[in-house]
Amino acid sequence: MRIFKFWRTLLFVALLPTCLSAGNSDNQESSHGHSHHQNGKKVSREQAKEFIDHHLQDSYGFHVTEGVGFSLPVILIDEGLQVFSSSKFGSHGDQTAEVNGKFYKIFHGKIYKTGADGTLTMDHGHPTNVKPLNFSITKNVFVIILMSAFLIYLFSSVAKSYNKGNLAPSGAAKFLEPIIIFVRDEIAIPNIGEKHYKRYMSFLLTTFFFIWFLNLLGMTPLGVNVTGNLSVTACLAIITYCITTFSGNKNYWGHIFWMPGVPTPMKIILAPIELLGTIIKPFALMIRLYANMTAGHVVIMSLLSLILVFNTHVATGSFLTLTLVISVLELLVAALQAYIFTMLAALYFGSAVEEAHH
Amino acid sequence: MQIPAIVGAGLIVIGAGFGIGKIGSSAMEGIARNPEAANKIQTAMLIAAALIEGIGFAALFAV
Repeated sequence: MRIFKFWRTLLFVALLPTCLSAGNSDNQESSHGHSHHQNGKKVSREQAKEFIDHHLQDSYGFHVTEGVGFSLPVILIDEGLQVFSSSKFGSHGDQTAEVNGKFYKIFHGKIYKTGADGTLTMDHGHPTNVKPLNFSITKNVFVIILMSAFLIYLFSSVAKSYNKGNLAPSGAAKFLEPIIIFVRDEIAIPNIGEKHYKRYMSFLLTTFFFIWFLNLLGMTPLGVNVTGNLSVTACLAIITYCITTFSGNKNYWGHIFWMPGVPTPMKIILAPIELLGTIIKPFALMIRLYANMTAGHVVIMSLLSLILVFNTHVATGSFLTLTLVISVLELLVAALQAYIFTMLAALYFGSAVEEAHH
Repeated sequence: MQIPAIVGAGLIVIGAGFGIGKIGSSAMEGIARNPEAANKIQTAMLIAAALIEGIGFAALFAV
């Protein structure tokens, strides 16, 4: 009976974001192409593509759907700090913002400095205008800050629940303890080893939950796509690279620059390859997470767009079902990618601290 | 985009798909032969699959 209840709850939790995201994207789409529906026209493929591209990109405001959302601060360094609201760019981000006598315009997600008339001088499709240093709190940055705050709150409450002296976990720890134990026993210890794993646990747990929760957040109707952003995954990969490099012991560097157990000419050939390998490993981490999450978002959005492209009852039914199936798959992928990122990071740390055994 | 690049990416994705399929089938055989080692095999399978997947994605991004 308890098992049945567990599965029912799991199914409910699994399906909830799916239904919400399906419903919401639908609304978003229809509000986008509202006027077309009234004319009895369908949404064209170009419109659908534009919508998907827009969703995949970072933006200067947090807009869930047409008219629902808020602006975020734009922070530029251009002869001093320039802080202003992104609403100055207009609701579609196509207007020229005027701040302290300076004019800025957004082109393809980047902010350029313009004259008072707001024209960009183009050269082969790229503006030649000055790009001021951009430290804006964009949608992704905003979500990352919120998620970090949430993680700190959640895990400090989990940690506190153990301080009460009772061994049984309570509150959020009930749900999170098995996952934390999983990260320790299945990811950290087998890959890093009993001796050194404790040093890396904080990083592994943080990345695991950070990536997993952000992946799950990407499945909600808020329309955030943080882990599907190359800069975000690049940062995670760079941190992994730094930790691996700085914790590398004699044995690790020995295996890179002077591979033991192979003939000398081979050692000379292997050294640059191994050195390149240290950079390729985090590079692959970055690409893997980014591509997986982007691919998932593109598939779901495309299927939903097809409903509006075909605009028939049969298409609606079949594509909604397909979206549901893919969304459930994406929930699995969300956890799997977090697992694989953490697992490979642990593997790299393990190779960096491995003791010589031959 | 040039056609050769697209064809090349397609070939690499075919290769990657074949590779992941092979890993999956071998892992299943392994688990069927020795169900007690299922956990270890699964972990190793996921790592290998993830590494191949990386190549597939790299090919897609090169296009």
